[in-house]
Amino acid sequence: MNQFVMAIIGGGLIGVAASILLMTQGRIAGISGIAGALMKSEVTDKGWRWAFFIGLLCGGALLLIVSPEVFVISKERPIWMMAIAGLLVGFGTQMGNGCTSGHGVCGITRLSPRSLVATGVFMVFGMLISTVLTGVLS
Amino acid sequence: MSESHTSTVPVILSAFITGLIFAIGLGISGMTDTTKVLGFLTLNSDWNPALMLVMGGAIVVHAVVYQIVKRRPSPMFTDGFHIPTRTDIDRPLLVGATLFGLGWGIGGICPGPGVVSIFSGSTEVLVFVVMMAVGAFGWQQIQRKL
Repeated sequence: MNQFVMAIIGGGLIGVAASILLMTQGRIAGISGIAGALMKSEVTDKGWRWAFFIGLLCGGALLLIVSPEVFVISKERPIWMMAIAGLLVGFGTQMGNGCTSGHGVCGITRLSPRSLVATGVFMVFGMLISTVLTGVLS
Repeated sequence: MSESHTSTVPVILSAFITGLIFAIGLGISGMTDTTKVLGFLTLNSDWNPALMLVMGGAIVVHAVVYQIVKRRPSPMFTDGFHIPTRTDIDRPLLVGATLFGLGWGIGGICPGPGVVSIFSGSTEVLVFVVMMAVGAFGWQQIQRKL
């Protein structure tokens, strides 16, 4: 199917998922926040967080069985760069209280000033470094 | 809110279903394909705008539900809403978003697709996710000392 149609359907499903969490327990479906809290000893309500996290893993496993072609890793970026990328994403999302889901989807929906700013900032820097790296590496 | 209240069967089940649907949405949308993500984040003659529609589609659906839900006194299975109320733009927000953006632009993976792709068999993804956990733990330790 056309990638634009897939993007809208997939995005719509993400919206449905975020809506279910909001309707049922009044929570924001921010992946970095939910997963990050699993590593904090002071967080006591880990039950629903683990359930969400395991749901993500099961969804990934299901995709791997039904349509493994959705998983593609570009060989454009060497593995040492992926290590730095992971470090920056983990550190940055905890420091900035959110990622593409929490700020980008849930926060923008609420027109939260913090999320609007954060999303603008991570989009700009993501595009900047990716454009520069693609230019340098090719 | 007590531990027992947040771990009732409906709460756990709805959180699990949320994660499941979220993962499937990420896979279908193209977010687990770093050639598409990097194609979106790289502004050259091959720019691929498709992934803009992922955030767009999610926001449109969520916005409709949000307008309905926010008029209700409480969620279905818990006592109250846990929606962030802060509005200040502070330095950690700006620096954190910058570092996250740089990491996303280098690797083409954000936290959700990273977790969802763990079993895909890619060494790149495994390295990314392990280092993501290390980075997250790193900030949490620094924050404790601030």
